[in-house]
Amino acid sequence: MQIFHRSTNFLAKLSIFGSLFIAAGLAGAAWEIYQSPWTTQVNVPKEQPVPFSHEHHVRGLGLDCRYCHTSVETSAFAGIPPVKTCMTCHSQIWTNAEMLEPVRASYRNGRSIEWTRVHDLPQFVYFNHSIHVNKGIGCASCHGRVDEMPITWQVNSLYMRWCLSCHRDPKPFLRPRDQIFNMSYAPPADQAALGERLAKEYHLLNTAQMTDCVTCHR
Amino acid sequence: MSERAPLDLDAIRARLADADGPAYWRGLEELSATDEFRDFLAHEFPENADQWGGDGVNRRRFLQLMSASFALAGLSACTRQPEEKIVPYIDQPEELVPGKPLFFATALSWRGYAVPVLVESHMGRPTKIEGNPQHPAFPAGGTDAFTQASILNLYDPARAQVVSHAGTIASWESLISALAPVLQAQAASGGAGFRILSGATTSPTLAAQMKDLLARFPQARWDRWDAIPRDAVRAGAQAAFGAPVAARYRFDRADAILSLDGDFLAGNPASVRYAADFASGRRIRRDRVKLSRMYAAESSPSLEGAVADHRIALRPGGVGDLARAVASAVGVASGSNAPLSAAAARFAAAAAKDLGAHRGASLVVAGEGQPPEVHALAHRMNHALGNVGATVELTDSVEVDPVPSLDSLRRLVEEMQAGSVELLVVVGGNPVFDAPADLDFRKALAKVRESVRLGFWEDETSEWCRWNVPMTHALETWSDLRAFDGTVTIAQPLIAPLYQGKSVHELVAVLAGSPDRTSHDLVKDYWRSQRPGLDFDAFWKRSIHDGFVAESGLPARNLAPSAAAANAVAAPSAPGGLDLVFRPDPTLWDGEWANNGWMQELPKPLTRLTWDNAALLSPATAARLGLASEDVVALSAGGRSVKAPVLVVPGHPDDVVTAHLGYGRRRVGAVGRGTGFDAYHLRVSAALSGASGATIAKTGAAWPLASTQLHQTMDGRSLVRAASLAKFRENPAFAREAGEDPAKDETLYKPAPLPLPASDPAWGMAIDLNTCIGCAACVVACQAENNSPVVGKEQVIRGREMHWLRIDRYYQGGLENPKTYFEPVLCMHCENAPCEVVCPVGATVHSPEGLNEMIYNRCVGTRYCSNNCPYKVRRFNFLQFADATTPSLKLMRNPNVTVRSRGVMEKCTYCVQRISSVRIESEKRGSPIRDGEIKTACQQACPAGAIVFGNIHDRESAVAAMKAEPLNYGLLTELNTRPRTTYLAKVWNPNPEIGGEA
Repeated sequence: MQIFHRSTNFLAKLSIFGSLFIAAGLAGAAWEIYQSPWTTQVNVPKEQPVPFSHEHHVRGLGLDCRYCHTSVETSAFAGIPPVKTCMTCHSQIWTNAEMLEPVRASYRNGRSIEWTRVHDLPQFVYFNHSIHVNKGIGCASCHGRVDEMPITWQVNSLYMRWCLSCHRDPKPFLRPRDQIFNMSYAPPADQAALGERLAKEYHLLNTAQMTDCVTCHR
Repeated sequence: MSERAPLDLDAIRARLADADGPAYWRGLEELSATDEFRDFLAHEFPENADQWGGDGVNRRRFLQLMSASFALAGLSACTRQPEEKIVPYIDQPEELVPGKPLFFATALSWRGYAVPVLVESHMGRPTKIEGNPQHPAFPAGGTDAFTQASILNLYDPARAQVVSHAGTIASWESLISALAPVLQAQAASGGAGFRILSGATTSPTLAAQMKDLLARFPQARWDRWDAIPRDAVRAGAQAAFGAPVAARYRFDRADAILSLDGDFLAGNPASVRYAADFASGRRIRRDRVKLSRMYAAESSPSLEGAVADHRIALRPGGVGDLARAVASAVGVASGSNAPLSAAAARFAAAAAKDLGAHRGASLVVAGEGQPPEVHALAHRMNHALGNVGATVELTDSVEVDPVPSLDSLRRLVEEMQAGSVELLVVVGGNPVFDAPADLDFRKALAKVRESVRLGFWEDETSEWCRWNVPMTHALETWSDLRAFDGTVTIAQPLIAPLYQGKSVHELVAVLAGSPDRTSHDLVKDYWRSQRPGLDFDAFWKRSIHDGFVAESGLPARNLAPSAAAANAVAAPSAPGGLDLVFRPDPTLWDGEWANNGWMQELPKPLTRLTWDNAALLSPATAARLGLASEDVVALSAGGRSVKAPVLVVPGHPDDVVTAHLGYGRRRVGAVGRGTGFDAYHLRVSAALSGASGATIAKTGAAWPLASTQLHQTMDGRSLVRAASLAKFRENPAFAREAGEDPAKDETLYKPAPLPLPASDPAWGMAIDLNTCIGCAACVVACQAENNSPVVGKEQVIRGREMHWLRIDRYYQGGLENPKTYFEPVLCMHCENAPCEVVCPVGATVHSPEGLNEMIYNRCVGTRYCSNNCPYKVRRFNFLQFADATTPSLKLMRNPNVTVRSRGVMEKCTYCVQRISSVRIESEKRGSPIRDGEIKTACQQACPAGAIVFGNIHDRESAVAAMKAEPLNYGLLTELNTRPRTTYLAKVWNPNPEIGGEA
């Protein structure tokens, strides 16, 4: 006895064929989500308790990165300035600005401002700022033109393949040491030759060491 | 529970006598080759998924659960990271660099003596304790296991946290106001009803405070009680010199050492130094073929016996008899000599001859368990042998007002019972639990009108005291203490008290009528009074920074013992009865460490027992009584009885039963609950270190013991290699020749990636079996450094303990008196690592610098790697062992090491986080890593310097030098694993007159 009409065979074949597209579509969608700013947070400005503008402080006023991020050359963590650093200037200027009230309140009552982390690596990654800065990687290479950001956002995904793209071949990104904190630095036309020269000068570890798992994970 | 057969000693002896039998063995089960043991060996993972924690989860159910969790895990991978906050300082401390640890010198207290330490602090959280190598008393640095585990006490959620009165929460202020009228009344009576009870102390500030207090209350008294008292040591010195002189020993200058139940390698306030000095006499190198020789007579197996060239196991009184025989032979009048057995007589004669042959370079040391007469005898022998001033230095007492603590406690309890004590202040200790059972401290305490307890834990004593004040941890308060040589450390806090803790100084200040003075003020003012002058601030800063007060050690004195020999001979042991020996527990000490999971799970050096104590018996005695390990017996002495499981220990003296004190706590945190039996119940004031005439009766019940001695066994291969000094001289390379070293390319696999050029580092380690004393400081150091979890007794029985570094203990020779070997085993970081080739997901890979890496995020938990590891050094998180929820424990974690989750394999990394941080610093300064700049946690903790880590490409490095020694050998090199961790074989220095070659 035949329950299904002969034409249902076609439907069966179609759905088998179609499932390939559905699977591919799902995979594509997952890939897109994985890549999307929703996941990576690239180009998503983060809301902060105080709308601190790097654009104003760095480009407008010419503050050096290290004025606030004091430990970037010596420690794994670049450092977020203590409120006292803010107050060195803001006890003198903009002393009544509404926007700065959380800063003053924090200084008054001794409770820290809770900033939202913009560049957030997973806990199993052990990143060290100081070694990158000391080996010729500029701030802007990873953080982008922070001096053009009124509110800070992330410009790179911080995915492992992004890290590895440089760890496998850092030469295109190497800068002279005096250009590390220069936000508007543009690589010279002969970056290939410069990178080659700097890699030697900085005694970079070899590629095997730099791409070794425990360099970042432990 | 299946019936355990009593020991078949004949079968075991036959197997040992058999030429094909094992030369080195780990346990009686292995020797008797029972079916259970075979079964245990065949199942590396006896805990496979069919039974999960005994709660009836079978394989099918497990898979169902797992598939659901995989699906959920897959989904959760698509979510993004949760948002995190950065919380900066308001005003950042000047010397603090976020992301970099700071190190502070301070001191912990061990039995009242200073343990000088350097403490690592991450953003204000102390995370790791190391020895302070700048301290003059401990120039080699290093620590013991307790020091390492102390950090866990600081963060223990079971600590006493609030001031309480009669069980309800109160406050420090309410205590002060409640005490005021009581103190006023006492002041009127001169303090006639006022008593303070504490342990021994060396603190100059506390001594001054007490003096001040007793001046205010002239009728009051400061009593002392330590559960493990040093009374015999003091009384022995008193008998010999007429004063409580302190002796310190120079094992580095001693060529012949006699230990009489000695306990200088563990538990002594100077153990870390003694271990370093002893090791220096045992370090044998190509250019230093010389060994000290050690004789040990002991009534219970100890580390000293394990490292001795000649060891004899005697009943407790027999040690004294032997001491008297040796004394007579070296020309010290020792009264009547009891007859010795033939073996003991031969031992005594040879030891005496050897000691006499090394006048001025020999040493006799008596242990705390021996009576004062033996201590006095040891002093007289050292004097007669010309050792005083050479290997023995005598100084004034380091302790403040060293009173005999048993007399002190007995007098106090009498007064308490008479109802004449109106105010009792108990500082630390736990007398309700550990005072001699016949004194019944608890009942006496009930008759005291007002009692105040300053205690670190909520324990048996706090339960019966009216006022309870939480005590600060040593890392939370200012204090000062003297090390064993008298050198003062001004201890500084690293963190504000986590709870409402108060220090002893603050409590005594309240009693003395100045309740608002802080520990800092008290300590600083005391030292200001000691160092008048304008340079006090410089002195204070320097002393705190360095971790010791310069030139504060006590000078050696030239003293001669009185000739009058105390002729007391120990009462002969009752025939037929057993001698009961009490010893502090090797990991819980007097019971204070019962709630410390690291110490509970640390295998005891000789028995490899965790989470329990046991009645230790020799194989012959156990066989005579028809007992086997895990049998529960009723152990009775002096009309008191406790139920205890039996553990049969090779080399234990016959007709002696050892009971370790400190277990069986009744009121303790969750960790210590339900562990072991209370041996204090048997201990009476007339017999603090042991009793004769004990009896044992089988109850028929059984108690499972979690012993790790057979775990991760490497059955029947030549893993420990040893020879006598004479044989070593004949053939220095005996150890290497005992193994095979196949050619590098003799492998089916693609050869390992090319090593880096010689200019780049290649990490390796060498462990010297000659200097390792088996103290297990390295095991706890590894656990503290690498955030390793504790798994609990049930899981240890299943073989799931998570120590990355274990110490294998091997025996060699007969059951009665085997030689003991300790072998620390960690990941070998094989150049041809068998684990790497079987990992299906590339979670374990090789680094160009030679590390065998474990990448937790890739690991899916197949456990193939562990199956393929011949060294059995990989550990799998079968359950969520790491505590990720308790808030205080989060503060303790090393921020540079991942906290592993369930389902992940882990193992020794050679402390890659330390390598990384040193490498980054060296890259930044532009000069290569110096030898010794990277120390692994185990290496840094080792008091004996047995573990050396470094760059084997650097021919000048210490590790390369060790690997070039003729004694150097690798484990299982015949498998062509090419291990980076190698060992220096053990060399014994037996006396040919006694025989017994290795």
